[in-house]
Amino acid sequence: MAATLKDATAIVGIGQTPFAKRLPASEKELACRAILAALADAGIAPGEVDAFASYTMEETDEVEVAKAIGAGDVTFFSKVGYGGGGSCATVGHLAAAIATGQATVGVAWRSRKRGSGPRPWKNTAVQLPTPGQWTRPFGLLRPADEIGMLARRYMHEYGATRDHLFNVAMACRNRANENPAAMMYERPLTREMYMTSRMISDPLCLFDNCLETDGALACVVVSAERARDCRHKPVYVHSAAQGLPSQHHGMVNYWNDDPLSGPAWTAARHLWKQADFGPADVDVAQIYDAFTPLIPLSLEGYGFCGRGEGAAFTEGGALEIGGRLPINTGGGGLSEAYVHGFNLINEGVKQLRGTSTAQVPDAATCLVTAGEGVPTSAILLRA
Amino acid sequence: MTTAPGADELQLLLPVPDEDGAPFWEYAARGELRVQACTSCGRLRFPPRPCCPHCGSFESEWRLMSGRGRIWSYVLPHPPLLPAYAAQAPYNVILVELSDAPHIRLAGNLVASADAPLDSVDPSRLRIGAQVQVVFTETGGMTVPRWIPGKS
Repeated sequence: MAATLKDATAIVGIGQTPFAKRLPASEKELACRAILAALADAGIAPGEVDAFASYTMEETDEVEVAKAIGAGDVTFFSKVGYGGGGSCATVGHLAAAIATGQATVGVAWRSRKRGSGPRPWKNTAVQLPTPGQWTRPFGLLRPADEIGMLARRYMHEYGATRDHLFNVAMACRNRANENPAAMMYERPLTREMYMTSRMISDPLCLFDNCLETDGALACVVVSAERARDCRHKPVYVHSAAQGLPSQHHGMVNYWNDDPLSGPAWTAARHLWKQADFGPADVDVAQIYDAFTPLIPLSLEGYGFCGRGEGAAFTEGGALEIGGRLPINTGGGGLSEAYVHGFNLINEGVKQLRGTSTAQVPDAATCLVTAGEGVPTSAILLRA
Repeated sequence: MTTAPGADELQLLLPVPDEDGAPFWEYAARGELRVQACTSCGRLRFPPRPCCPHCGSFESEWRLMSGRGRIWSYVLPHPPLLPAYAAQAPYNVILVELSDAPHIRLAGNLVASADAPLDSVDPSRLRIGAQVQVVFTETGGMTVPRWIPGKS
C-alpha cells in the first residue's frame, strides 16, 4: 500500500491582513503580519516553523520571511509556478513534506500589492518571445483578453450567456456583502449594474474581473497528530492535486485539441481518485474566480456537472447559500480580495470551523481550487 | 497628471521571435504563411518547438498553408490598454482556425485591408465560423499576418 496524504495533515491556523486598494505597508511587512497572525491563530510559536511554501510570483522569499518572523531551522521550502495556479499546491507541498517527515510546522503564504502596484501585463518585454510573439502584437495583452477568447467560444458552443456570468458575479458579491473584511462589503451588485457596466474585453465586462487588491494571507499546516493539540478544530487536508494537462499552453490554451478542457480536469482526476468522497458530497466550494467564466469551466472540470453544463448549473441560485453548491463564501477574488486565490484557502478553513460570515450549515467538506487557465492545483478539506 | 505617450509607446508591439519561432516570421516577411511540421511523422505543430510531441523527432520543415481559415473566437478589448492599442480600441482580436489544419489556431486581427487600422472592421460583422483570408503588413521592420473577410 502506497503512502497517502489523506487526512495525514491539517490546517490549524489562518491569518490575513486587511484588504484594500492601497495599503502603506510593503509586501514583506504584509507577509510577516499574515504569517504571524496565522501562527497566533494556531497557538504555535514562530520558532517552531521549519517549512515554507509560496508562489514563484511571491516576491518576499523564505529567507526574508524566516529571519523576520524568527523561524527556527528550516528543512523544507518550496515555490509553485503559474501565478494563481499555485495557491492550493502550496498547502499540498507542505502536507507532503510533513506527512513524509521532512518538516513539522509549515507556513504557506501570499502577499501582494496588486491594487497599488503596476499591472503585470504592462511589462510586455519579458513576455514577447514565447508565447507572447503569437498573441501580444495583435493586441491580446491582458489576462482578461486571453480568457475572454475562451469565454466567447464557450458561450458559442454551449449557449452560455452573460446572465450566466452574472449569476457567478452576483453569488460572489452577495457573500462579500456579508463579509466585513471584503473589499465589496456593503456594496451590492444589481443585474442592471452588471449589464450596463463598461466592457473590459468583450464579452467580459468590469464585473467579470477580479479586484485589484493589496493584502496578504497565510495558513499553518501540521501533522494530524499535532493538530489535536492546537487552538482550533483541525481542518484536514483530505486530498491534494496539481494539474498540467498534455499539450497545455497556459492562459492561451488555444492550440490544444480541446481548449475548453483545462487544467481543472487533470487536477480533478487525481483529487477524486485520492478521496473518500465525490463531487456530490462537497458541502461548499471555493473556486478560483479571477474571471467569472472560470467558474462554469471549473464546475465541469471538477465533476459537479457534465461538459457544457457549467453555465446552466449557475441558474436558480445554485451558487448561493442554500443552493446546490454554495461557492466563494467570503466573496472570492471577484468581491472579497484578489490575492492569487489564497483567500479561498482560508475561507475554506473558516467554513469547516463553522466561523464563516456566510456559514453553510454543518459544512464538513470543502473543495478549494487554484487558477483555471494555467497549470493548477486543488485541495479537498474536511472537518 | 497625464503624460503624452512617447512615439515608441504609440507603436504596436512587435513580435520578438525566439529560436523556434524565427522561421515563421522569416516566411511571413516573404508573404508566406507556413506552419512547422514534423518531417518524420508529418504532424503539424503550433506554437513551434524543438521536437515533435508525437514521435520525438527533432527534424522539421515549414509547410505552406493556403491562408484560408475561420474565426474560432474573438474578443473586443477596451481600455485600460497600452497606449498604441488604446488609441484604436475597441479593436478586435480573432483566433483563426486554419482550413488546412483545423487545430492550428492563429491569433490576429480582422481588418478591412492589410494596412488598415485594427478597428477598421465593424464589430457587428465579427462572427464565429466566418471565413477569413490571410494578408501581410509590414510594421516597424517586422511583417505580421492579418486577416481580411474571406469569400463565403
